[in-house]
Amino acid sequence: MDATTAALFSIVLGLLAVATVIGQVLKRQPETGLNPAAVLAFNGRLRAWWMMSCVLAAAFFFPRGVTVLLFGLLSFWALREFITLTPTRLGDHRALFWVFFLFTPLQYVLIALDSPGRGSTYGLYSILIPVYALLFIPARIAIAGDTKRFLERSAKIQCGLLVCVYCLSFAPALLNLRLIGHDGQPYRGSSAGLLFFLVVMVQLADALQYLWGQIYGRHTIAPQVSSSRTWEGFLGGAGSTALVGMSLCWATPFNVWQAMLMSLLLSVMAFAGGMTLSAIKRDRGVQDYGTLVEGHGGVLDRIDSICFAAPVFFHVTRYFFTAVP
Amino acid sequence: MTETLLSLLARFLAGASVRWVDCQPDTCQRVYFANHTSHLDAVVVWSALPMHVRSLTRPVAAKDYWSRGWIRRHLAKAFNALLIDRKEIKVHQSPVDLMLREIGETYSLIVFPEGSRSSGQEIGEFKSGLYYLTKKRPDLELVPVHIDNLNRVLPRGEVLPVPLLSCISFGPPLWLEAGEPKADFLERAREAVRRLKEV
Repeated sequence: MDATTAALFSIVLGLLAVATVIGQVLKRQPETGLNPAAVLAFNGRLRAWWMMSCVLAAAFFFPRGVTVLLFGLLSFWALREFITLTPTRLGDHRALFWVFFLFTPLQYVLIALDSPGRGSTYGLYSILIPVYALLFIPARIAIAGDTKRFLERSAKIQCGLLVCVYCLSFAPALLNLRLIGHDGQPYRGSSAGLLFFLVVMVQLADALQYLWGQIYGRHTIAPQVSSSRTWEGFLGGAGSTALVGMSLCWATPFNVWQAMLMSLLLSVMAFAGGMTLSAIKRDRGVQDYGTLVEGHGGVLDRIDSICFAAPVFFHVTRYFFTAVP
Repeated sequence: MTETLLSLLARFLAGASVRWVDCQPDTCQRVYFANHTSHLDAVVVWSALPMHVRSLTRPVAAKDYWSRGWIRRHLAKAFNALLIDRKEIKVHQSPVDLMLREIGETYSLIVFPEGSRSSGQEIGEFKSGLYYLTKKRPDLELVPVHIDNLNRVLPRGEVLPVPLLSCISFGPPLWLEAGEPKADFLERAREAVRRLKEV
């Protein structure tokens, strides 16, 4: 373990430990005047962050395949939450079978097989779902013969597959990039640092947007979608995320200004992801994607912002910070 | 061995979350009655029970279906299923008598009083077996069970499952009231299952 990795993990584990202690203290003292629901949500978020830290630790210490597998399982679970809350008909059953047991695993297998040395599968995994699954799903539903709300049903399944599987799969795909640093020389650090940067910045952007919104929020952006997302929260969150991103640039191939721009980008995408998935939830009339699993929000509630940020972050990095764009 | 593997597989495919609403798992003799929407129903309800309760609980299944072929016979044995002949019902060999004889003073049952699988939208009329069961053994606790979304995991007529999330709810036990007519009791039992959908 090199010094950079050790430093990263001590920072994250330290922050999480402090936050966990605070969360537990708040839970035990109901007379602090804080909203108990907010404390519960905070503790739920912390649990998700501990889980994500474990996934990130796997990225640093185990072979790439392990990380790809872990993200694959996350995708699988998020997709089943998405489809469970989407009204489908019997005619969609066969199409859904292939979505779950062919396209989802295949996407991650292709990413696991990708390596700059042995030949890249990028050309296939970057179009597998947006082209081939896109064509396959409506065709399979058409063969099943049920035309009621045909286009709507196809689009819902396509959307689920795209957001939960395709988009998220670009997070572990970051580990495949052969990076060059901001000085134009091959980057010596671990590409797991990039995945770390993505996940930590996106989670931070979420938390900071929420925090700024709670303190200074006046103007809600779209009250029907989310009552807690405000312009103040969005701008304040983006600004403070950019500052933290600058201070973390030593763990990435970016220099200070590049790290700032990347953090801004991640903050905007995290916001877009949260808004989009909230809109879908409001349309279905549910609070969380995990309502079928009692007591906590779903996986999709936790990773919605990463789903949106991952492909954009991947492509910007691939274009500007790898030798073969 | 087969039993553990299968219940793990069923749990994975059905992604079932289990809720006990005004009811706790217990080893006392019970009849779990549920709406029937999928072939996976019996397995999923059975594996939703805690291990020590599960070993004392037998799903009731149709003999003509589950004794055909080696695999089905093997499966039925793994779950300790109680196979009932739907075709040849003899006078002193009625399904209810058979069930009561088989469970003795120890086992519990999982039954699907609709008889065959429904479409999953509406719960069908209950067959009278549940009534005669409780009439002959009034000490049995009747526990309503509602199975939600499993019909989308493995619908009628499909072989390949789609791993969505489902929910199994166990409700408060009910008993036959003194002098309660058959139709009223069956309707009350059906309503108990349907009510679990809302809570």
